[in-house]
Amino acid sequence: MSQFFENVGRRVLDSVAGIGFALAMFVSAIIGKPQPRKSWPLFIKQMYVVGVLSMVIIIVSGLFIGMVLGLQGYTILVDYGAEQSLGPMVALSLLRELGPVVTGLLFAGRAGSALTAEIGLMKATEQLSSLEMMAVDPLRRVIAPRFWAGLISMPLLALMFSAVGIYGGYLVGSGWLGVDEGAFWSVMQSAVDWRDDLLNGVIKSIVFAFVVTWIALYKGYRAVPTSAGISAATTSTVVTASLAVLGLDFILTAIMFGG
Amino acid sequence: MESRKTQLWVGIFVVLGVLALFFIALRAASGTMTTSGETYTLYAKFDNIGSLKVRSPVKVGGVVVGRVTNISLTGDYYEPLVEMSISKEYDEFSETSSVSVLTSGLLGEQYLGLQPGFIDDSVSMLEDGDSITDTKSALVLENLIGQFLFSQGND
Repeated sequence: MSQFFENVGRRVLDSVAGIGFALAMFVSAIIGKPQPRKSWPLFIKQMYVVGVLSMVIIIVSGLFIGMVLGLQGYTILVDYGAEQSLGPMVALSLLRELGPVVTGLLFAGRAGSALTAEIGLMKATEQLSSLEMMAVDPLRRVIAPRFWAGLISMPLLALMFSAVGIYGGYLVGSGWLGVDEGAFWSVMQSAVDWRDDLLNGVIKSIVFAFVVTWIALYKGYRAVPTSAGISAATTSTVVTASLAVLGLDFILTAIMFGG
Repeated sequence: MESRKTQLWVGIFVVLGVLALFFIALRAASGTMTTSGETYTLYAKFDNIGSLKVRSPVKVGGVVVGRVTNISLTGDYYEPLVEMSISKEYDEFSETSSVSVLTSGLLGEQYLGLQPGFIDDSVSMLEDGDSITDTKSALVLENLIGQFLFSQGND
């Protein structure tokens, strides 16, 4: 019996310590005197790794998801003679939901796992300890540029995803299935609101960027420094970040569009 | 060298992201589209345009010949004035042509149906900037039901 309580207690303490550590890590990485000359090249390097290299998968999947939306939406809407509502259907589902969420999931898989593995391996090969030996704060040097790069690049990726998706829906709907081109755009424009849809989608993608990047960095920094530990941390990053994105999406949707 | 290339790519990445934002903001949320090719402008005054929108198509017998470019209120009685640009390819509409607000399908979008008028020596052709006088307004379901009930009561 006491074994059971011991287990529960250890779990709770572990998770509280984890949350506390993540928070402390966040604060010490983000807050502090900015050193633009030193950190700018590091940031650019991470923007390249995190953002530019994720661009291809985001653009290709955005195009295909938009085309599938166009195709599926058309087959349903044409039954009601309302195929001209295809534009708003594609645009709203991309801007409000699919853009931020699918980008978040892909970003967790493409960039988040790489971040975790990289930092985990740095820890396993004691590069982080060496940095500390040289009086370089690894949080400022390793974590902070990756964090900012993730936070900035993911909303941009989500915007690209939505834009390419809308264009894919237009290609299928207007170019192939024969929805009137002007009606496609005009009905879309009258249905899509700048503030309600576009801005809320961007806010969502910023929140997801924060959560995914942070989970990836935390898991990497706390990884058990063995090969098995790094693999477990990488898996855990993808699973936790994906679940966090989907769960947060529901909460954000309820706040933004539910009331 | 390596760092220059990285910076270049990051620059391209950020610019693409901002372009995507502009594309969505201008193309999907609002903005104007230029009809391809040469066009000329016609005007038509209606009593009621229903849910006709800017960029709605103008059709002759179902074939798209132009687009609605502007909708405004005009005159002392605030009548809706629709401005449409018609492709130069079709510039031989007589001034007896009529235009009506129609609906595509049961739930579909509204569009302008242009009906070419008869041609003889006494009628001239519509030029750029002319108005079409013979217009039929949109069918408003509530008015229709009201008229129906009214005529039922008279029997």
